Amino acid sequence: MFGFEPSDEQKTLVESVRRFAGRELRPVAHDSDERGELPAALMEAAAPLGLLPASLPEAYGGFGERSAVTGALFAEELAWGDLSGALALLAPGLVALPVLLAGTEAQKHELLPAFCGESYVPASAALLEPRADFDPRLLQARARRASGGYVLEGTKCNVPFAAEAEWMVVYASVEGASRAFLVHRRTDGLHVGEREQNMGLRALPLYKVELRGCAVPSALCLGGEGGGVEAVLGASRVALGALAVGQARAAYDYALDYAKSRVAFGEAIAQRQAIAFMLAEMATEIEAARLLVWEAAWALDQGGDSTRECLLAKTFADEMVLAVTDRAVQILGGHGYIRDHPVEMWLRNGRAFAVMEGIAIV
Amino acid sequence: MISFEMPDEIRERVDLVRGVARELMRPAAREFDEREHEIPWDFVNAMWDLSLKTGQSFRSGTRRDGGGVAAQALVHVIETLSWGDAGIYLCGPGAGLGGAAIEATGTAEQKQRFLTRYREGPPKWACMAMTEPHCGSDTAAIRTTAVRDGESWVLNGEKIFVTTGHKALVDSEGLMVVWATIDPAAGRAGMKPFVVEAGTPGVRVTKLERKMGIRASDTASVLLENCRIPATNLLGSAEMSDPRKGFKGAMATFDATRPSVAASALGIARATVELLKELLALQGIEVRYDRPRHLLTAVERDLLDMETQLRAAWLLTLKAAWMMDKGWPNTLESSMCKVKAGDVVTRITQKGVELMGPLGYSRELPFEKWMRDAKINDLFEGTGQINRLVIARRILGYSSRELK
Repeated sequence: MFGFEPSDEQKTLVESVRRFAGRELRPVAHDSDERGELPAALMEAAAPLGLLPASLPEAYGGFGERSAVTGALFAEELAWGDLSGALALLAPGLVALPVLLAGTEAQKHELLPAFCGESYVPASAALLEPRADFDPRLLQARARRASGGYVLEGTKCNVPFAAEAEWMVVYASVEGASRAFLVHRRTDGLHVGEREQNMGLRALPLYKVELRGCAVPSALCLGGEGGGVEAVLGASRVALGALAVGQARAAYDYALDYAKSRVAFGEAIAQRQAIAFMLAEMATEIEAARLLVWEAAWALDQGGDSTRECLLAKTFADEMVLAVTDRAVQILGGHGYIRDHPVEMWLRNGRAFAVMEGIAIV
Repeated sequence: MISFEMPDEIRERVDLVRGVARELMRPAAREFDEREHEIPWDFVNAMWDLSLKTGQSFRSGTRRDGGGVAAQALVHVIETLSWGDAGIYLCGPGAGLGGAAIEATGTAEQKQRFLTRYREGPPKWACMAMTEPHCGSDTAAIRTTAVRDGESWVLNGEKIFVTTGHKALVDSEGLMVVWATIDPAAGRAGMKPFVVEAGTPGVRVTKLERKMGIRASDTASVLLENCRIPATNLLGSAEMSDPRKGFKGAMATFDATRPSVAASALGIARATVELLKELLALQGIEVRYDRPRHLLTAVERDLLDMETQLRAAWLLTLKAAWMMDKGWPNTLESSMCKVKAGDVVTRITQKGVELMGPLGYSRELPFEKWMRDAKINDLFEGTGQINRLVIARRILGYSSRELK
């Protein structure tokens, strides 16, 4: 059967995440963006939501089962609150979920229980590279086979929480195929560089990372010999798609309220078709993106090949979020450009999606 | 629950019509486009037999019955048939848009009286007459009048753009649902739907439009001159105590049929994308799905965007139909899918011509025809602009007075 309605259980979760996003994320978003950091209390406040433990089976210390659909639902809500905050709250999944999806039993038992406690466990993923021809399937970072494991060489960028995380998943090419490695922060040859200064996502700590002769034992190659990264890339695309929907919805909601209250020529500007039609298109595009993301997430959960669904969802969402956040600024006119309103930040954030991969996973 | 699993019931219905689309529609598409207005009888008979045999409707106009997958199955069927040919699809026999209006506004007795014919005997059509020469989207401005005279209503006026009007009134024992006003001063409140059966004195098809596309489909002008119909042919209760009921009925009809229009649009779009990919592949151009977007060639990006937009529009359409099957209000979703599908099919087919270069422009290939056929989906049953207005009013909570 086709179905377009979350289950009761999912609705309850969405409702609690939505309340959290409104109460904890949105109010701190502006200042966090200005200061370039998120309040530490935010991470602790999110612990009771139990988003990650709810995705991990009991055998590894969690209390649930991972569902990309459920993940997409709460990622949208978090991003509606604040994209930087959402990415920070999802960051533990950058290690936990690849391990769950593609790790060996030993890797799961060793790493997953740490993510099931009460406190926030920063984790990281190094996929992106500072190159115009970046391609997650043709990585420039190399993993050379050496006795007992691999040696990693290369430069990574936009690595979240690189300085704080105990574990990082480093993506590198082994003889032309992308593979993932679990790298501990104290590994020799792993150098965390400067904090990235980006156009948006300013509150999220992103770093440059250099890998110079970084030796990793075979046991820490994700999934052991022959492990792949396709499932992880798919889950990342769904996550980013869902976050894009949430970011766009935030901008749409704000612009809609503004348009109804801003009066020009004796009536609300929303009563003019020039504005109303923009809002109609924004609503339609957001809904379309949401459905594509749901379909991709559902396909991921089915376990078959979902490469195509994930690609379509991200392709659409990347463009949608930029268009919608841009229209939101446009609807606010000159006021939209002023940092007192959040829409300009959302446009800066919205630009991130088409150039980012692997910085979130659900 | 969120699920994209196609139920067997829908798969089976699509399988029923896929052969028709491939064998009776696609190969005949060019011929019926050029002959214009000629009835594709092989297709008509095949579809009529199929609907009699299965007891299912293969035209737009499903009732909201709650539960079941009728509307979802229908959008799949329409998409498949329109992949075969959109013009020929519109020639499909059945209750169609007229039936949708009867389902949306008629009483149980009227549904029985008017719709039984679509389940027996030779092929029949039904049409709906709304547009008039001076008004299209502004449906409340219609001038066709209905005057009560004893046990009859007497209709006078001129209707245009009546899809399958000729087939419903001349080629078969069908009927037309015509919207007329019982009080020209009352605007929307006066608008009511009436059934005029084929053969009624005073109703005449005066013209068939010559169109850019969907040429196989007849688009009729219908003249009503002192056309007398039984009082019981006013759809809905005789008193119509709620003055808004009539106009609301028209809008409810569109809620049901807009997803069907979207589905038809997307059938054309899919046909275009599939053939484009097939022909470009012969020239060594294929989308490298495993490469990032910013490293693709312009043509690859165009193709990827087409597939993405097509899927987006399709999911909106499927959701609108799903809501209908649930018996939920779907005005917003119906207009959303109609807007999106209208935009998408227009862009995809225009791009299709472009990507094939001079071959695309040639009548030897179907791309130019698909582009001509596609455009109607951005126009009929509410232009893209009217549907944006519907969406905007819904999301803003504005009345038609607050947002003109």
